[in-house]
Amino acid sequence: MKAHTKSESTVLHSALRYKLAALVGTENVRPASAADAVAGVESKLVVSPGTETEIAEVLRLFNEAGFAVIPRGNGTKLGWGNPPSRAEIILSTVRLNEIIEHAWADLTVAAGAGCTIQQIQETLTQHGQRLALDPLWPEKATVGGILSTNDSGALRLRFGALRDLIIGVTLALPDGTLASSGGRVVKNVAGYDLPKLVTGALGTLGIITRAVFRLHPLPHHSRSLSISTAQPKETEKCVLAIQDSKLAHIFLQSHFSDETSPVSDILFEGTEAGLAAQETQLRNLAAPAIVSEVPSPTWTAREELWNFPDPESTAIAKISILPSNLATTVQRIDGAARVHHLRWKALIYATGLGWLRLECQAPAKNDPAERARTALVQLRGALQLLRTELENQGSSLVALHVPEKMPTFDAWGDPGDALPLMKSVKHRLDPKNTLNPGRFVGGI
Amino acid sequence: MDASTLKEFRAIVDDRGLITSPEELHTYECDGLTNFRVMPRAVLLPISVEQVRAIVRICHRERIPFVARGSGTGLSGGALPVHNGIVISLARMNRILEIDFLNARAVVEPGVINLDVTGRVAPEEYFYAPDPSSQSVCSIGGNVAENSGGAHCLKYGFTTTHVLGLEVVLPDGSLIHLGGKTLDTPGYDLSGVFVGSEGTLGIATKIILRIVKRPECIRTLLAAFPSTNDAGAAVSGIIAAGMLPAAIEMMDNLAIQAAEAAVHPNYPNCGGLLLVELDGPVAEVESLMTHVDEICRTHGASEIRMAQSDAERALFWKGRKSAFAAVGRISPNYIVQDGVIPRTALPQVMGEIARISQEAGLRVANVFHAGDGNLHPLVLYDRRIPGQEKAAETLSFKILELCIAAGGSITGEHGVGEEKKSMMSKMFAEPDLDTMQRVRCAFDPFLLSNPTKIFPRPRLCGETPGEYAPHPLETSGIAERF
Repeated sequence: MKAHTKSESTVLHSALRYKLAALVGTENVRPASAADAVAGVESKLVVSPGTETEIAEVLRLFNEAGFAVIPRGNGTKLGWGNPPSRAEIILSTVRLNEIIEHAWADLTVAAGAGCTIQQIQETLTQHGQRLALDPLWPEKATVGGILSTNDSGALRLRFGALRDLIIGVTLALPDGTLASSGGRVVKNVAGYDLPKLVTGALGTLGIITRAVFRLHPLPHHSRSLSISTAQPKETEKCVLAIQDSKLAHIFLQSHFSDETSPVSDILFEGTEAGLAAQETQLRNLAAPAIVSEVPSPTWTAREELWNFPDPESTAIAKISILPSNLATTVQRIDGAARVHHLRWKALIYATGLGWLRLECQAPAKNDPAERARTALVQLRGALQLLRTELENQGSSLVALHVPEKMPTFDAWGDPGDALPLMKSVKHRLDPKNTLNPGRFVGGI
Repeated sequence: MDASTLKEFRAIVDDRGLITSPEELHTYECDGLTNFRVMPRAVLLPISVEQVRAIVRICHRERIPFVARGSGTGLSGGALPVHNGIVISLARMNRILEIDFLNARAVVEPGVINLDVTGRVAPEEYFYAPDPSSQSVCSIGGNVAENSGGAHCLKYGFTTTHVLGLEVVLPDGSLIHLGGKTLDTPGYDLSGVFVGSEGTLGIATKIILRIVKRPECIRTLLAAFPSTNDAGAAVSGIIAAGMLPAAIEMMDNLAIQAAEAAVHPNYPNCGGLLLVELDGPVAEVESLMTHVDEICRTHGASEIRMAQSDAERALFWKGRKSAFAAVGRISPNYIVQDGVIPRTALPQVMGEIARISQEAGLRVANVFHAGDGNLHPLVLYDRRIPGQEKAAETLSFKILELCIAAGGSITGEHGVGEEKKSMMSKMFAEPDLDTMQRVRCAFDPFLLSNPTKIFPRPRLCGETPGEYAPHPLETSGIAERF
């Protein structure tokens, strides 16, 4: 769809707004403000439908009118992905915030896309259960948002990622189709697994309106310990030994940075007797590394990485490596950061997934504007260097946050030889390129 | 298919890789579901990805439908040939290409037998977790197509949980890579879509698997209950206590009798038998097993046995794993079904199954993966009695309707295949099925890869490149255009 001329777009707007108001109520349609911008791209309208049918209907209207639609939950990860090539409408799912069914005896929960993770966990806790996932900012992050961004944390080691927890999904497609796939039971192979297709699709194929998850019991007891190592090679050795052991740990994550020596956190859950035995085994296994009780809350380690003072001088990336490349990767990160005079911190899980923060050093005495420009070039240079090195070793780097003013840097990297097929899938479900245009891999 | 095409096929796979004689083709006219049979025009047995690509390219050019086949143990007719089509058997592509213990990965060809993966990694105390009952003969390629489960997927997940990446020959002959050795490769999770697509999206020629470290200990308990309802209540008790056993299996009296007649596992004669397996660190498992024992007694278990040795544990499992075949001892013919229900619906659904089987005058033996609500009702009948085969088929579909009504699924691990196509429109609405078929069109716009399976009414894709020619499915009235 080509850009509308101003008058055309105004006309379309008024006609559409009339229909919209009739559909979702005037109070649920408002002009977009600067605060609604997506990676610097401003939209025109924010629409908040109240039901799944309304979402499908509204999406159909915009699709027919040729407007680009940005689906949004609470917007905590709205900056992930490339800036949209077009953005007219923010379609908010926050009013779909109902927990539809907690079938506690069957260990499943069905929830609207706008439910926050915390809201769900609070309901589940009443029956001693949990969605075994530790996404970023659970008090704000919504079901639709975590699914679309495939956000998982340390618990993934034991319980799998969202792809392993989601058992059913309902989607609104741009042509107004409301389609379900999967179901309410954990074991189910009837038809294609579309819940997996839309997990991590960044809202480019359809708008998730509800999802069904399998649940896990809350543990009776848990114990977390941390292991201090002198340098990354030793950390890698320790992590691989733990992974190759018969310990039944729940998570294992390692912290690295340019200023401190590596520390790994490990979490066990189970009975008191089981925990004590595992701790003893761990101490034997990790020796001579020092094992101690974890003083700080390890749950928020990933959020702390995101807790940076200046968005304009910071980049955050998700990396995915093989666990056996842990030490080499840390070395590469350190190398790339050094070359470009950047500070860095990383959190890498035993699964090989990791999170990296790169920061420009505090501004020096010379011209601040000039200094800021150099910084942006440095960040970009480090990300590019590191991505090339990681891709060469079969790993990947996805940029999740970069300064708005940084010269263009593709968020995703090499999508591989399946890109034509991915484009074909996109085309079959969203032929007019209505949803999140340009935000996903390879220009999708 | 004309002689020159056949000649081209022969040039690719050689005489040893091409079967055209009717006697030999009979082997391939069905899979584990023997009541559907179609003679393929030819069977090709490639030995390399290059050969698979060359074959598929010809199929694409000539619009010849093909069906990929592993060991042919599927139970829903997924590998049933298509009229005027060929079968591509991956049985000769059976090399384990790489084992990476440091990262717990294995790379295999599709013809590798499931249990051989475990066999290969066992010396380092690893195993491949998905364990369908046919694991000693079924292939990884077939497991990928069906997203096979098994008794231990309650804790360990299904094939899809353990497939990290795939090399796939698309129906136009192009070669692509989905996922990879590392997690979350950028892009859509097409590996997640491909696994369980029942051969309708292309042919997997290489599979990257996750392997799992053996737990420190495994304990298996067998408990005898007066009825399946009592056993079911114990299962709920175990789950409610916050445990996630490696497996919970249930058998009813008829299934116990069958197993006893076939492999003599020395099961107690009771109304409902539970097998509960816990694994993990010793101290943890011992403590939880005591709890399981208590829960079983609370729910009326008359006898509880703990396997005292690996041999005894194997015997416990032998009865369960051979249950399908064992039913052959008590009935000349039977249909294996594969419904899923929310576990809490068990007493109600069991009651209904008893009622409708009585009405039909047929016996139903029940074997369940009780932890995840996956039922395997075995409908017993005698083909020689006129009308009984049809009655058994009707009954088995009625059972699936019960599963749908209870909020479950028509298949937990066997796939839809040929057999349950008609049930798909009872489980899904038309827009749901259309959306899936749109995804299929992205992979296979000419509907060449196992085109007649899963969907009750295959939809042709429209806007395909090239000149319009009626699809064989269209001319034969099977499919319609979008």
